Amino acid sequence: MSGKNEILIQVRDLQKHFGSGSIHALDGVSADIRRGEVVVVIGPSGSGKSTFLRCLNLLERPSSGSITFGGVDITDPRVNIDIHRQKMGMVFQHFNLFPHMTILENMTLAPIKLLRKSREEAESKARALLERVGLGDRADAYPSQLSGGQKQRIAIVRALCMEPEVMLFDEPTSALDPEMVGEVLEVMKDLAHDGMTMVVVTHEMGFAREVGSRVVFMDGGVIVEENTPAELFASPRSDRLKTFLAKVL
Amino acid sequence: MAAFQDTFYRCFIEDNRWRYLTRGLGNTLLITFFALLIGVALGVVVAIVRTSWDKNRDDMRPGLGRSLLGLANGVCKIYLTVIRGTPVVVQLLLGVFVILVALGSDVVIACIVFGINSGAYVAEIIRSGIMSIDNGQFEAGRSLGFNYIQTMRYIIIPQAFKNVLPALANEFIVLLKETSVAGYAGVIDLTKGGEIIRGRTFEAFMPLIAVAAIYLVMVVFFTWLVGKLERRLRNSER
Repeated sequence: MSGKNEILIQVRDLQKHFGSGSIHALDGVSADIRRGEVVVVIGPSGSGKSTFLRCLNLLERPSSGSITFGGVDITDPRVNIDIHRQKMGMVFQHFNLFPHMTILENMTLAPIKLLRKSREEAESKARALLERVGLGDRADAYPSQLSGGQKQRIAIVRALCMEPEVMLFDEPTSALDPEMVGEVLEVMKDLAHDGMTMVVVTHEMGFAREVGSRVVFMDGGVIVEENTPAELFASPRSDRLKTFLAKVL
Repeated sequence: MAAFQDTFYRCFIEDNRWRYLTRGLGNTLLITFFALLIGVALGVVVAIVRTSWDKNRDDMRPGLGRSLLGLANGVCKIYLTVIRGTPVVVQLLLGVFVILVALGSDVVIACIVFGINSGAYVAEIIRSGIMSIDNGQFEAGRSLGFNYIQTMRYIIIPQAFKNVLPALANEFIVLLKETSVAGYAGVIDLTKGGEIIRGRTFEAFMPLIAVAAIYLVMVVFFTWLVGKLERRLRNSER
């Protein structure tokens, strides 16, 4: 089952309309995300890339279309989405750490309550992950005592504590001061090298080029072009992508 | 001076009349305390029902759950409208002479009426606290796999509660003064205690000033305590 080329998430004709149908944020998106792949989604703001990502774990309910995760169509209303979300880690632009809890509590809350892990087990896993991202000494700090880059690294390992099968990143470096972007990307690179399946919405073209197994360019709620990073950046086919790359590169 | 001493003696010392005040104060504190407990319990439930409905009405599938939540939301709205739209004295009289007659004890009825009354105001305070929490907190909880109720319980409510603690403490102070109308229901609270002394001695000034002074001291004390609490909360990790 866990072969390298197995399709983990299959998206078919995804539509998302806002404002009683007048705004089409997603206008028929289909994509396959294979196990171990790092799919980087780029595109101008308003292109629907964040909506697409948020639909993958149903934070945004698609208007139509299907999303199959591990063989289950999670858009089926009878499916208990909470079970599937446990296997899909998500990292937000604004970190969304829980301010009333210490770092350790942030990381162990879900494993203890949802995976029924013992406190010791959850804490030792959390501490190991903290060591890995170089924040081993901040376990008892509160989020407000950390820098943006540290907060985002914590947000990543908080999601990892649930041992997800895929990690979704929604512009993880967009809210960071420039000098902190690197430390977060470094953690994400590590994760990619360990074989984690990742879907990353980002403006970091360097990251897309270096780490992405595939880059997807979205505009106007559709996937305009997708290719390996080398191909996509070197020889863009569509005019829209050419215009976009000319602006950001 | 001698006249003052004489009035003081007749108001408080003779026949141990000071006891009307201490007994009344005891009832005032008792009613305030239990009314607050009922009010907070009721307020939390109403606030959760109201915010849950507002948040989920568009996403929920039609079915029994949605109908029940919609119904509960309707009931809560009526409760808020009726309680906040009628004077507490009228509610108290209705409680004592119409609705809760069977309960007998006036103090118990007063606790319940003031509790139900306070619940409406506490509900709006807590609702504003829940609404003030950034939606990202909610999404972070849900994305980890917590269901709606777990997210509320572990992530939203603790933060909301912390945010509204000062407002809740103020509600307690308001409630403390509001219970002064409990005398309408035959409860001997602090105010009624002063009134009894006035009736016995035909002295209005001294007993009522004493009552006012006691309220004032309590309110000043609790206000000071709330201020301390607010500073403590502001200084804590956030």
